[in-house]
Amino acid sequence: MHAAVVVFPGSNCDRDLAVAFEAAGAKVSMVWHKDSELPQGVDIVGVPGGFSYGDYLRCGAIAANSPICRSVAAHADRGGYVLGICNGFQVLTETGLLPGALLRNAGLKYICKTVGLKVETTASDYTSGYKAGEVIDIPIAHHDGNYFADADTIARLRGEDRVAFSYAENPNGAQDDIAGILSENRRVLGMMPHPERAADPVHGGTDGAALFRALTGALETV
Amino acid sequence: MKARVHVMLKNGVLDPQGEAVRHALGAMGFDGVNGVRQGKVIELDLAEGTTEADVAAMCEKLLANTVIESYSVEMG
Repeated sequence: MHAAVVVFPGSNCDRDLAVAFEAAGAKVSMVWHKDSELPQGVDIVGVPGGFSYGDYLRCGAIAANSPICRSVAAHADRGGYVLGICNGFQVLTETGLLPGALLRNAGLKYICKTVGLKVETTASDYTSGYKAGEVIDIPIAHHDGNYFADADTIARLRGEDRVAFSYAENPNGAQDDIAGILSENRRVLGMMPHPERAADPVHGGTDGAALFRALTGALETV
Repeated sequence: MKARVHVMLKNGVLDPQGEAVRHALGAMGFDGVNGVRQGKVIELDLAEGTTEADVAAMCEKLLANTVIESYSVEMG
């Protein structure tokens, strides 16, 4: 599996994400925001956490209009896989690859802690390594993680089994406790929690590793 | 020429910053503040001939996220 990790000015989880992909057996290329093309043969694009462009205007808004994001959108339109974590999730909603938006946390505080995350669906190449309903421990670290979408969109996400993860205890006011959602074709995942920060015993937890293993397993057989 | 763009969270979208300001005003003794909504103002310095429709396109594509925000444009 060949993964590309996008690096924006202000990204700070790009190398962690690359390490998690590599640990699961992927070849990783780092891609700069000014690049207009993804490397040949990329199976999945990782859009990492951080503070792209200093979170100016709105989190993810300027990144979503960067040259590389046009290629990322084209990759997704061709049926390619895209994983957006934290700021990466914000970028994916700003590009329109995923519905909804991420608002300021309801309590206004930046929250950095490990939370319980309920696996809502195993029907994706990201979540097939978990058990449905299983609660895993994954860190969050965000100021704007309060998922918002209109009632029709929430109903559609639930109806189409596209909520990948929800919070066991809602930390940020997210609607319907939503922590991560899938695209219609289930190949684009956006999530606020950081599986790449719980992927090695030295992280203090390894519950995130199964996501990367499931992904490489699925993509090796494509 | 100049344009001024006002961007506000849509009605029905929780504005936790506005709420925090409302609480602070109440705690300071300013009674009768029933609600506070916080938005932003973006001033654009534009080449002559730029139209309101051009500015609206900028709002739709970048300056506002219309999933959660509404905008209004003042030209001149």
